[in-house]
Amino acid sequence: MDQAYQAATAAPADLTRVPFHWYQDPALLRQEQTDIFEGPVWNYLCIESEIPTVGDWRTTFVGRMPVVVVRTEDASIAAFENRCLHRGALICFDNAGNSKDFTCVYHAWRYDLSGNLKSVAFGKGVNGKGGMPETFRVQDHATRKLRIATLNGIVFGTLSDATPPLEEFLGPDVLSALRRNASKKLLVIGRFTEVLPNNWKMYAENVRDTYHASLLHVFFATFRINRLSQGGGVTVSDNGACHVSTTLAPTEAVDNSYSGMRSVDDELRLSDPSMLETIDEHGDRVRQQIIGVFPSFAMQRTNNVLAIRQFVPKGIDSTDLNWVYLGYEDDTPELRKLRLKQLNLAGPAGFVSMEDGCIGNFVERGSVAAPDGVTLLEMGGAGVESQDTRATETAVRGFWQMWRRLMGI
Amino acid sequence: MTDLLTRLMQLNADYAATIDDDRLEAWPDFFVADCLYKITSADNLRDGNEAGIVYADSRAMLADRVLALRRANIYERQTYRHIVGLPRMIDPAALRAETPFLVVRTMRDGRMDLFVAGRYLDRLHEDAGALRFRERIVVCDSARFDTLVAIPL
Repeated sequence: MDQAYQAATAAPADLTRVPFHWYQDPALLRQEQTDIFEGPVWNYLCIESEIPTVGDWRTTFVGRMPVVVVRTEDASIAAFENRCLHRGALICFDNAGNSKDFTCVYHAWRYDLSGNLKSVAFGKGVNGKGGMPETFRVQDHATRKLRIATLNGIVFGTLSDATPPLEEFLGPDVLSALRRNASKKLLVIGRFTEVLPNNWKMYAENVRDTYHASLLHVFFATFRINRLSQGGGVTVSDNGACHVSTTLAPTEAVDNSYSGMRSVDDELRLSDPSMLETIDEHGDRVRQQIIGVFPSFAMQRTNNVLAIRQFVPKGIDSTDLNWVYLGYEDDTPELRKLRLKQLNLAGPAGFVSMEDGCIGNFVERGSVAAPDGVTLLEMGGAGVESQDTRATETAVRGFWQMWRRLMGI
Repeated sequence: MTDLLTRLMQLNADYAATIDDDRLEAWPDFFVADCLYKITSADNLRDGNEAGIVYADSRAMLADRVLALRRANIYERQTYRHIVGLPRMIDPAALRAETPFLVVRTMRDGRMDLFVAGRYLDRLHEDAGALRFRERIVVCDSARFDTLVAIPL
């Protein structure tokens, strides 16, 4: 390796530069599995109301690792790697179900609801022949278990003993924003998956990128759901990992700050503007709020849309974006209808979100021949501090601060 | 009944051609004014989840979606080819019908994918001699979509 190449591929000195090969190198994806997803972070698993009764389970992912999350006999929640200890087959291969225990279909090894091996089919052999060695004891074998933390019905899990308590990991501002979102019992009202043709980190950046929202998304700026000129800001947790960005309802009757830009189309008028009506559910004038929790969770409020996004890497350049559309248990029929209509903003067909679905791929294709080129993150300075403006990339730099710390890069 | 099925086949063919020929401004006319159009999936339907990825409870909302696609949204140039199967009446008295469909999507660069398989769950309405959709629930066989669904199904 010549010196020029080494200099070009060395880790940048500060957080304002990200080399494109960090999104492109398959070796990093393998390292991310162990150092990020199985590292000292909290991974989103499910909503408690999805598994209300004993034996209810759902399958999900921690990075690329398949995971089962289940309601156990004592009404608590357990989660374990969805991999049979015998040959490595999936123990559960559907999205959800209810079981009194789990039996791998391959050779009928049986597990309890917490993922402990309970029995091995024909362990003593048949007619005195075959079977497992005398020394084999089922109690010596258990699946990899996750430590669970729940926050007002949102279930997170971690595989590392070094992970700080969830509240500490989130920091006070993200914690209180999440608590407000989940201040009533959350119900799932829809589940969809969007296949993103890009590295998962580009989406993690996108949800933290408060700079782009009103520029890429004409719908946001035109209908004043989210303009940088509206009140709000972005708070980044001390560890850089988590953030909450907020846009408040506009206070000025006229706002000319986007004059002449593609982002605002004053001729655009809705024939049925009822989807833009908003009920101020929490009395905080919030029009849009995005909460990011490292590594792969975001929760949004947009008017009355309430949704969780989980991004699951499927390959170096493919990511499953799982949308969980939410309502509260006590939604009035009118409020629920409003959520259904405003969900036209979100998801794979969302007036706003469809653009986030394709923009990562534009970056992939633009940077394909530039592994040693860099992305430039200087809006709002070079730090990761909270700012009272959204014309900043501080939360994106916060993501990279945590990523680099855990990856040792 | 036979006559109704024949008319529904014609309606479905016209509907598909309107979308596939990029005459989207005419697409809302296939619906009554207080229609319901929703794109959902078989899993969501089974689980009783109300939300769709597209949800319009008026013809005006359909027109707004077309307007947004034309004026606001960013997505790469692409076309659909709907292959619409034979309809069957599931409740003739209530004018409820079901029709299977496939959509092949062709991207600007020529990439072609079998994009969506599913069925239309319809409630029809006789509207001054014309057959229109009071309700068209697009039930996709999968809830997983490649990148984005811009053009209506």
